[in-house]
Amino acid sequence: MDQSSFLFQALVYLTAAVLMVPIAKKAGLGSVLGYLVAGMLIGPAFLNLVGDSTNVMHAAEFGVVMMLFVIGLELEPSLLWKLRKPIVGLGGLQVLCTLGLVCLIAMAMGYEWKVSLAIGMIVAPSSTAIVLQTFQEKGLMKTEAGQGGFSVLLFQDIAVIPMLALLPLLGNGTASNNSSSHAGGTWVSHQPAWFQTLLVFAAVVFIILAGRFLIRPLLRIVAAARVREVFTATSLLLVIGITVLMTKVGLSPALGTFLAGVVLADSEYRHELESDIEPFKGLLLGLFFIAIGASINFQLLANLPVLLFGIVLGLMIIKCLILLVLGRSFRLSTDQNLLFSLGLCQIGEFAFVLLTFSRQEQIISNEIADIIMAAVALSMALTPVLFLFFERVIQPRFGTLEKTEREPDTITEKSPVIIAGFGHFGNTVGRFLKANGIGCTILDIDSDRVDFLRKFGFKVYYGDASRYDLLHSAGAADAKVILITIDDAEKRLEMIETIKKHFPNLQMMVRSSNRYDAYDQMNAGMLHIYRETLDSSLRMGVDTMKLLGHRSYTATRAAQTFLKYDELAVKKLSSIRDQKQYINTSREFIEELEKIIRNDARMPDIAREKGWDDDSLIKEVKDNA
Amino acid sequence: MARILLIFAHPALEKSRVQKELLQKIPGLPGISFHDLYETYPDFLIDVNQEKQLLLKHDLILFQFPFYWYSAPAIIKQWMELVLEHGWAYGKDGKALAGKGWMNIISCGGSKEAYQLNGRNHRTIHEYLYPFEQTARLCSMEYWPPFVVHGTHRLDSTDIRLYASQYEQLLLGLEADRISLEERTGCIYMNDLIPLPTSIQS
Repeated sequence: MDQSSFLFQALVYLTAAVLMVPIAKKAGLGSVLGYLVAGMLIGPAFLNLVGDSTNVMHAAEFGVVMMLFVIGLELEPSLLWKLRKPIVGLGGLQVLCTLGLVCLIAMAMGYEWKVSLAIGMIVAPSSTAIVLQTFQEKGLMKTEAGQGGFSVLLFQDIAVIPMLALLPLLGNGTASNNSSSHAGGTWVSHQPAWFQTLLVFAAVVFIILAGRFLIRPLLRIVAAARVREVFTATSLLLVIGITVLMTKVGLSPALGTFLAGVVLADSEYRHELESDIEPFKGLLLGLFFIAIGASINFQLLANLPVLLFGIVLGLMIIKCLILLVLGRSFRLSTDQNLLFSLGLCQIGEFAFVLLTFSRQEQIISNEIADIIMAAVALSMALTPVLFLFFERVIQPRFGTLEKTEREPDTITEKSPVIIAGFGHFGNTVGRFLKANGIGCTILDIDSDRVDFLRKFGFKVYYGDASRYDLLHSAGAADAKVILITIDDAEKRLEMIETIKKHFPNLQMMVRSSNRYDAYDQMNAGMLHIYRETLDSSLRMGVDTMKLLGHRSYTATRAAQTFLKYDELAVKKLSSIRDQKQYINTSREFIEELEKIIRNDARMPDIAREKGWDDDSLIKEVKDNA
Repeated sequence: MARILLIFAHPALEKSRVQKELLQKIPGLPGISFHDLYETYPDFLIDVNQEKQLLLKHDLILFQFPFYWYSAPAIIKQWMELVLEHGWAYGKDGKALAGKGWMNIISCGGSKEAYQLNGRNHRTIHEYLYPFEQTARLCSMEYWPPFVVHGTHRLDSTDIRLYASQYEQLLLGLEADRISLEERTGCIYMNDLIPLPTSIQS
């Protein structure tokens, strides 16, 4: 590809994304659908502005690799260990059941068992890219459906490795060495099986050890150089290096970077790595979705509409049913289970890789491969629609299931207070207000919690609290105050914007995770900001002073003074601070802390209060004598 | 043995000389319970029931505090407002505290002479303490003369210790019922029952 055509392609892709994604977002459809539609528009079926999008798709698959790195960064090993049961149980059963059932059906339709098995393997994984992106965008990662979905996707990523290893065995051995980035490297694949296995283990151990003992010191050195783009380069190098290594030993690069992410999750450079990779990840993922949109074969769809839609719907229904049954046996509540099952019932991007591979190994004929390829792309394109369906049709049904019975009291007594997010933070405030007879309406995204709270007579609405319609039906137009206590800091900022725009008379009280969060919220114009790390740390300080023998009233007053002072100091720092400057490295964190601690010298000292002090009086009396 | 409840209030004991010394000399006797209000309720959230139970278990209630601005520190006022409930401490059915004694132990900067009609403060300590006296009366309690440490700004450490041991003797005498009704009603300050050398600086 020469340079001008490369630039032209970039122009087309970027224009499509820039035009379509905001429109899709505005219409409440989510960015994934926007990208997909953009891809369809520039694809051969409509404007035909791009040639073969397969190359682009291969490049863009790297976005998925980066996404898993970022996800790994947010996932500490302890959490991963906690999820081991759903990963192996839920994920394992999903892959096995889907694979088995699809394989049997294919055999019943008269395909050879080898072909059937290959089809089963191609169909079993779901789309990590679409599902995780959507879950994150909608703030669903922490729900049961989100956690379950994540577990299954993670297992699928792992399961792809043995699948790739298995496919050559199904072929008739005439396959040429392939060029796919996901397939085994040339040298390694010629080694005996035991040696390959050993290499795989060695690579995993190498990543874990390197993460601890090589990458961290390296990051420290690079960060000390204080050249920002070099740190970005290092982050990219890290991801690309792991990808190359993983590809060489025949492991999934996504899995490798995920592992590296987990290893680095508790490092001090976590946030900087994350914010460096984030834009690349976003762009490449977008590109990936566009490429899928562009690759949908509308010609085939026009020729064989019934067959193609039959296959797509059939496969999605099979996957969905299996997920439903599994979700139920893993005790997901009905609506979470529906979200989980509808969300994961598409066929994922691994299908493209597995298909290419199968074609090379001549397991699957080109006609079948084409049809499956189209079906996969279609099923992925349908996923955002399913999410929308869940959000607009299913969710409200659950959200209003019991409301209908209590309709009168919703109308007669309008709560003056809305609490968005009833987690650890929100429930304390909520209990406190309820104990004092203050009516609260609660918005929460965790359906189990919603059910539980309803039993106790709380007025609860289920769903994403940053959505206008949910806020509206919760009575945001008539309430006096809204307490924004959800866990996700970005969602909180989103909520603030929504409320500012649609409910200007609603007072906002907002929880903030830390100082930086508070800065952002101040920039957003918030007056009532509650840092969750402030009051309890000070109470701990008071009790420490008491244990050391200080008077309890003095310690309490010292803490009150500190609290007031610190609130003021944050306001001051926020006003003199460069708004574009985000704190990423621990070095910058320390610099700011230094500023703060230096400032502390100016804190009013209660020991210097003169009201209870009689030194000057004693002096005066002595002078007079 | 008299059961004595010593309710103490000082918002900044770190800065005190006299009150600290007085506290040192409180005898550790089974009949004397010490109750530090600012230490127990730094947030002013007084546990009314707890306080009532304490009061019921004792016969003589002592309030020890620095005499700030001709009165008690804020928490004593808060305590009175919350604990001395109508229907319990006073009113038609409020007889819970009837017959118990009330005594103030105060330290003040002004000398005895300053607290006279023609002195700097124009009123006697007794007059300034009227709100307490009347509170005790309303609760059907017996109001006892106060124990007063005068001229605290002038006192050197020896004098403070003299006052403190005077206080110790008073508490010993009270706990062992050594002070007769006549003695107590016949004095102006409880200090008068345990005389100090007149050369003391106040």
